Amino acid sequence: MKSWRAWIEPSLAVLIALGCAVLVLVLLGANPARALVALAGGAFGDRLALENTVVRMMPLALIGLGVSLAFRCGVWNIGGEGQLYLGALAATALGTRLLPDAPAAILIPVLLAGGALAGALWAGIAALLKTQRGVSEVLSTILLNFVAVLAVAWAVHGPLQELAGSYPQSDLLPEAGRLGIPPGLLRIHGGVVLVLLLPFAVWLLLFRSAVGLRLRAVGASPDAARYAGVSPEREVVRALLLSGGLAGLAGAIEIAGVTGRLFENLSPGYGFTAIAVSLLARLHPLGVLPAALFFAALASGSGAMQRVAGVPSVTVQVIEAIVIFLSVGFALAGRRS
Amino acid sequence: MDAIGVALLLATLRLSVPLAIAAMGELVAERAGVLNIGIEGMMLAGAFAAFAVGATTGSVGLALAAGMLAGAALAALFALFVIGRNSDPIVCGMAINVLALGVTGSAYRVLLPAGASTLTSPVMPEVAPGVNGFVLVTALQVATVVLFLSRTRWGLAVRAVGESAEAAHAQGVRVLRTRWAATIFGGVCAGLAGSSLVLWLTDTFVEGMTSGRGFIALALVLFGGYRPGRIVLGALLFGGASALQFRLQARGVEIPYNLLLMTPYVLTLVVLTLFAGRAKGPADLARPFVARE
Repeated sequence: MKSWRAWIEPSLAVLIALGCAVLVLVLLGANPARALVALAGGAFGDRLALENTVVRMMPLALIGLGVSLAFRCGVWNIGGEGQLYLGALAATALGTRLLPDAPAAILIPVLLAGGALAGALWAGIAALLKTQRGVSEVLSTILLNFVAVLAVAWAVHGPLQELAGSYPQSDLLPEAGRLGIPPGLLRIHGGVVLVLLLPFAVWLLLFRSAVGLRLRAVGASPDAARYAGVSPEREVVRALLLSGGLAGLAGAIEIAGVTGRLFENLSPGYGFTAIAVSLLARLHPLGVLPAALFFAALASGSGAMQRVAGVPSVTVQVIEAIVIFLSVGFALAGRRS
Repeated sequence: MDAIGVALLLATLRLSVPLAIAAMGELVAERAGVLNIGIEGMMLAGAFAAFAVGATTGSVGLALAAGMLAGAALAALFALFVIGRNSDPIVCGMAINVLALGVTGSAYRVLLPAGASTLTSPVMPEVAPGVNGFVLVTALQVATVVLFLSRTRWGLAVRAVGESAEAAHAQGVRVLRTRWAATIFGGVCAGLAGSSLVLWLTDTFVEGMTSGRGFIALALVLFGGYRPGRIVLGALLFGGASALQFRLQARGVEIPYNLLLMTPYVLTLVVLTLFAGRAKGPADLARPFVARE
């Protein structure tokens, strides 16, 4: 009964949001049926479209997982976008400059760990500012996003620019650093294994370990947690580091599995959409997977919608906002007391 | 003062005005206990509405009205969830920001399909030689907010609601109505601030053109310790730093362009590190209020 209810409310939110989307499409003067069919076709229409959707789902799921984890501890990590950029930056620096000749067995783990570490450290700045200086993590993580995006822009015009020097982009990662596409697949790369396993790992951490218990205790009531001998500051730092690490990992996977190199505008706002993902998932680590799939489908279908029905692809952000409102407005995600 | 000094001063004003207007609006909302991180989106909506109406009608007055109305509309949506349904203000604020990006982006492409010639909006006239109308508007707005908060009964009600909604309610102040009004005022100010980006700083609209100014305005409220004078000072400081950064870029100084662009964000982080912990905000900030019988 309980698991049935866990599905019904988010599904309702999605349906209402799509209903609102039809209204927006009519307002834009488009044929809603044609636009939605184009959207669905662009997301799931054939093998290639479907695999592209899954590839887009990966960063959304990983960052959404981190956002959920932090929210469970009462921390708002709005900085997933910046942490993703830092992870991508670190992975590129490691692969193209520091360890270009390493074998795959070393390079791939190092790239992924380096990306996760960079994302964690970037979120760690916000954690430090919050616990040491009382700076709201909401503002600091948002501001750090701007800095991270500019840092990547600087890197691809400067120290990490391709040796040929013609475009503002990095060199391609060496072959040994790329996450391969398993035989029989077109786009889905090896990173999918991590994306499918990590939600279970986070679920175990949150709900079946002492660490998770302390983390959630702080989220439920910092004062009560302190009374029980848990340091809220330490849990907040831990939650932000883990959350940033997941976003950084997403950045490294994006480089190693999809683009192969670093450039500006690497992410179409995955870090922000991930907040909607985590809310639609009701902050549940496993719910993040279907929620990420929904938003990935919107993103990959929006291109087709623009081509076929002439609807600007940014319109899907309206759907995203509506889902967020529905998720919080009708107490789907639950409010912190 | 030499020509460069004058130019720098003017640029400082142009860059400070949007920050000051938005921050003063946020001050009123926060004093009533409403934390609104959606002002970034409300500024963006204001900028777009001012651009669309200004460019199509050619009227500055209508453009300003449209900008303020757009800010107010988003603020009403925010209030509907945050005050009306006690939803989380942080999440709703972010949703407002996402919504504004999507709506303005879509509407801009409808207004200006790819390949169409660009549209330009009219420019706010000067009220005296060298003094743009927005400078006057800002001065009036700041003076009004100061007098309102410190000298009027309504201002007292706003502050009472932010300090202790329970106590204010017991005194007969209508808590929810006061918070609604303060939030709408904040939205109007954010819309006005966004309009200034179009009607003074540039004469056109660019997707996401607020580029974090709303968040900087939020930080300024903390930097100013909820005191109007210090908030305006902070806005001038930030405007000055941005003006200086643009001047350095124009001079071709040997600092990479992208690192210069980081200045306002890094400066905001530094300012928050130094001052945020000390700023004592309203006690009931971001706390929902449910009247007990």
